[in-house]
Amino acid sequence: MVFEYAPAPESRAIVDIKPSYGLFVNGEFVDAHGPSFKSISPSTEEVLAEVAEADEADVDLAVKAARRAHSRVWGQMPGRERAKYLFRIARIIQERGRELAVLESIDNGKPIKETRDVDVPIAAAHFFYYAGWADKLEYSGHGTGSIGVAGQVIPWNFPLLMLSWKIAPALACGNTVVLKPAETTPLTALLFAEICQQADLPPGVVNIVTGAGETGRAVVSHPDVDKVAFTGSTEVGKAIARAVAGSDKRVTLELGGKAANIVFDDAPLDQAVEGIVNGIFFNQGHVCCAGSRLLVQESVADEVLARLRRRMRTLRVGDPLDKNTDVGAINSAEQLAKIRALSEIGEQEGAERWSAPCELPDHGFWFPPTIFTGVTQAHRIAREEIFGPVLSVLTFRTPSEAIEKANNTPYGLSAGVWTEKGSRILKMANALRAGVVWANTFNKFDPSSPFGGYKESGYGREGGRHGLEAYLR
Amino acid sequence: MSRLDVRKTYKLFIGGAFPRSESGHSYVVDDVRGRFVANAALASRKDARDAVAAARKAFPGWSGRTAYNRGQVVYRIAEVMEDRRPQFVQAVRQGEGGTAATAEKELDAAIDRLVWYAGWADKIAQVVGNANPVAGPFFNLSTPEPTGVVAVVAPAESSLLGLVSVVAPVIVTGNTVVVAASAQRPLPAVTFAEVLATSDVPGGVVNILTGALDRTIPTLASHMDVNAIDLTGLAGDPEQGRALEVAAAENLKRVRRAPSAEPDWDADPGLDRMTDFLETKTVWHPIGV
Amino acid sequence: MVTSTATAAASSGHDWGDVAASDASLRRFLHGLPGVDQVGAEARAAGLGTRSIKTTAKAFALDLAIRMVDLTTLEGQDTPGKVRALCAKAIRPDPSDPTCPSTAAVCVYSDLVATAKEALGSSGVHVASVATAFPSGRAALDVKLADTRDAVAAGADEVDMVIDRGAFLAGRYLEVFEEIEAVRAASGPAHLKVILETGELQTYDNVRRASWLAMMAGANFIKTSTGKVQPAATLPVTLVMLEAVRDYREQTGRMIGVKPAGGIRTSKDAIKYLVMVNEVAGPDWLDPDWFRFGASTLLNDLLMQRTKMQTGRYSGPDYFTLD
Repeated sequence: MVFEYAPAPESRAIVDIKPSYGLFVNGEFVDAHGPSFKSISPSTEEVLAEVAEADEADVDLAVKAARRAHSRVWGQMPGRERAKYLFRIARIIQERGRELAVLESIDNGKPIKETRDVDVPIAAAHFFYYAGWADKLEYSGHGTGSIGVAGQVIPWNFPLLMLSWKIAPALACGNTVVLKPAETTPLTALLFAEICQQADLPPGVVNIVTGAGETGRAVVSHPDVDKVAFTGSTEVGKAIARAVAGSDKRVTLELGGKAANIVFDDAPLDQAVEGIVNGIFFNQGHVCCAGSRLLVQESVADEVLARLRRRMRTLRVGDPLDKNTDVGAINSAEQLAKIRALSEIGEQEGAERWSAPCELPDHGFWFPPTIFTGVTQAHRIAREEIFGPVLSVLTFRTPSEAIEKANNTPYGLSAGVWTEKGSRILKMANALRAGVVWANTFNKFDPSSPFGGYKESGYGREGGRHGLEAYLR
Repeated sequence: MSRLDVRKTYKLFIGGAFPRSESGHSYVVDDVRGRFVANAALASRKDARDAVAAARKAFPGWSGRTAYNRGQVVYRIAEVMEDRRPQFVQAVRQGEGGTAATAEKELDAAIDRLVWYAGWADKIAQVVGNANPVAGPFFNLSTPEPTGVVAVVAPAESSLLGLVSVVAPVIVTGNTVVVAASAQRPLPAVTFAEVLATSDVPGGVVNILTGALDRTIPTLASHMDVNAIDLTGLAGDPEQGRALEVAAAENLKRVRRAPSAEPDWDADPGLDRMTDFLETKTVWHPIGV
Repeated sequence: MVTSTATAAASSGHDWGDVAASDASLRRFLHGLPGVDQVGAEARAAGLGTRSIKTTAKAFALDLAIRMVDLTTLEGQDTPGKVRALCAKAIRPDPSDPTCPSTAAVCVYSDLVATAKEALGSSGVHVASVATAFPSGRAALDVKLADTRDAVAAGADEVDMVIDRGAFLAGRYLEVFEEIEAVRAASGPAHLKVILETGELQTYDNVRRASWLAMMAGANFIKTSTGKVQPAATLPVTLVMLEAVRDYREQTGRMIGVKPAGGIRTSKDAIKYLVMVNEVAGPDWLDPDWFRFGASTLLNDLLMQRTKMQTGRYSGPDYFTLD
């Protein structure tokens, strides 16, 4: 019996994408000095909108607006009043949730199921969480004074969610922000700018400057930016760390990862397989904390892999707006090329490649859910962040071997452990050098839970009480 | 004829041993009035590298000890220092000048600071950790963990109180440390090393390099197996601080920048010398039957 | 004990060696099955529940669900009249629409099997009978076996037995195993559905173990609940049981059916179950031979949705028979 799911597309009618967008500076949309660039839909390659590219002068105007808003309005405002603005924003995100979810799915290529059930609700929750802190900072343990103007640069993998991780704590602590969304996914940030207008947020408190790497450089190196927050690649993170050296700028960096997801022979196997799938195929593997290295105990390796392959056959790859899609489009041609290149290297290095059988659409950027078996620590696909739906499978024999291999990386963002034995979980959790350890679960996020890495995965924490530290003095 | 005294050789402290610099070089340390006091070991790049290796080797054991035990070990340093008061007083006076009374006062403060930090060992996690009420059936706990191997540029001026104030907070939480001691005033650091060697601090937890900073700290700042660097000792030298911060970016070391002037070491230290070298680890686990 | 192993092999068609030789060996085997993490299992079930089944897929699912219904009445107040009415409904759920399929079976107490058999005649709709001191199962083994033989003698095509949850929870696995075997033998040609009463087993680990115990002892179907204990069927419980039959086939080559029963009242719920069958056990189980819904009110909702699909209008309860 074949149970074919009919297409179940979410309607696009709810979103109103304008032909072109300016920058959001001082509460208004303004033209940029520079040229514009196109934001396209990664699933169809259709041009969605022309977006302004901010140059140094544009960024300077945005920083000036933020500075004015900080010194005249936002930095002076009692916390309880700031809180109400943030609560208001949280509510508007909820009210316009479906619109944001559809827009995010179109612009990013990720499935509507994810934007609807993960990105948008957690984004709203972040504003709700930090709203409550705004008038309680004296209990935070991190001081009560704002820092000033925060320059924030966010990636394309969770555009709205990363925006909320950055803006909510900054505003709660009395800072104003200049935020640059990624060049491939600017649209939800621009819709967020409208939300700021609807919330009557004072002009200049939030400024959105669109553009690519040069715009980002202008934001983080602007002399009047007091605090830099960046989420993105380790390479750019290092460049930022160099750029701010010797200045008074405070910096938090949330960078790459190559997380080990460790499955012991006594694991709850069905849930472990779900965790492996969720760990690497959630959001097309465009997740800095993705469980991209599966470390499976040799005694159950065959069984786990058989279960994993069977499960992967049920993954539905395709139209991001279809409510039954599990894996959407790769965000850009550039990223797709990178995933392909590293996958080819994996094959050349002798690892065995297997992809779930699936029909990929003709247009757009697509890569099937893929695993490599027979991978060793020496393989590049076991060391470099692929940032795509590609899992490297390694095996281990003993807990100490698992710990050694898991920690044998310059990264240290996250790790997973699957075992039914409580004391082993705690031992592993202690031994893993990673900022987030998911035991018998994976890729869980919550505004109250600090997130951030060890070693080259960056520094500082976002989320929770810890997330206030970066924005207070 | 008066008795000729036996002079002490001032050596490096690496991995619990007291080697001379592998380079064979030493340098003259004068007292505050310019009189010869000793030939101290002039640490080289290789010494810095050896010190990092020793610190790395010591890290798992030291960070794996119970906080209670680390607290006792740090407290024990204070006890042994108390036992060697005259030696410290002399070393401080040689380097910093001043009266016996001011040196005694600095020593008191240094010992008291160790005691203060010793007590933090098993409390810091309670103060900076968190149980997080996530919206779902999950246990979620954030706890601080030591960053790893920390390079510390010790204060140039306050050669004992300053030194203790930058080393104690780093190690009490479980980090291991490579200290570049004050180049002009290294003797209290060497004496401190002798205290460490005769207390309960495992070899490699604290490693002390003496000599010109430009021979060692660029190596430490760029070393890929150093996790963090404290530039306090470069107070008032923003250019060198910037260069080291650039070097430190190569593996994203946590950097504690140099202040514009050397801090007032008598002030309440606060928590940040500990928290700057801590990572927050958050562990999730489902709650079910 | 030796005979027990031998019959286990005979009834389940797979040589389990010494697994069923003693409580201890059964315990070793059952407790050696991978654990089930409650939160993860529930999250997976909820995730499958978000599938959006529309248009042609929905029409397919509704008809399939109707064909999978074991239309059930298990009340003290049941009478031959009530059962005959139910049988008429099972054969022709929507009298106004000849394209509407029949349900899989009618499920009654054993004393009403003969009535049901007569009413269903050659319609192809099976008679399922609960037996073994349903719903509590608290009676002597010979009483349970007599109950089973009566039902089969009266014409039951399928026997729905309950396991001894007391024995299971007390760790007397062999006793449960042997009782299932005995009922299996007493059922003769009838299909045996083994009710685990998952609401009393409480944990998913227990559900998985009881599923394997029943399958090894010769069950043709494993069934969640009697409908008399809350909670009855749930998506995550059914998920764990679908995983069990999937793994069991992998290991033995033998296919076992699954029947969630109790609490499934809406088409929307039923479709969630079918999605789960499709994606967890696999499409082979999308057949009334391998998956059933133990339900009564569900059928009318399926019919209303079916009419809505055909007419584009929402229907109302007045337009469907109440039996």
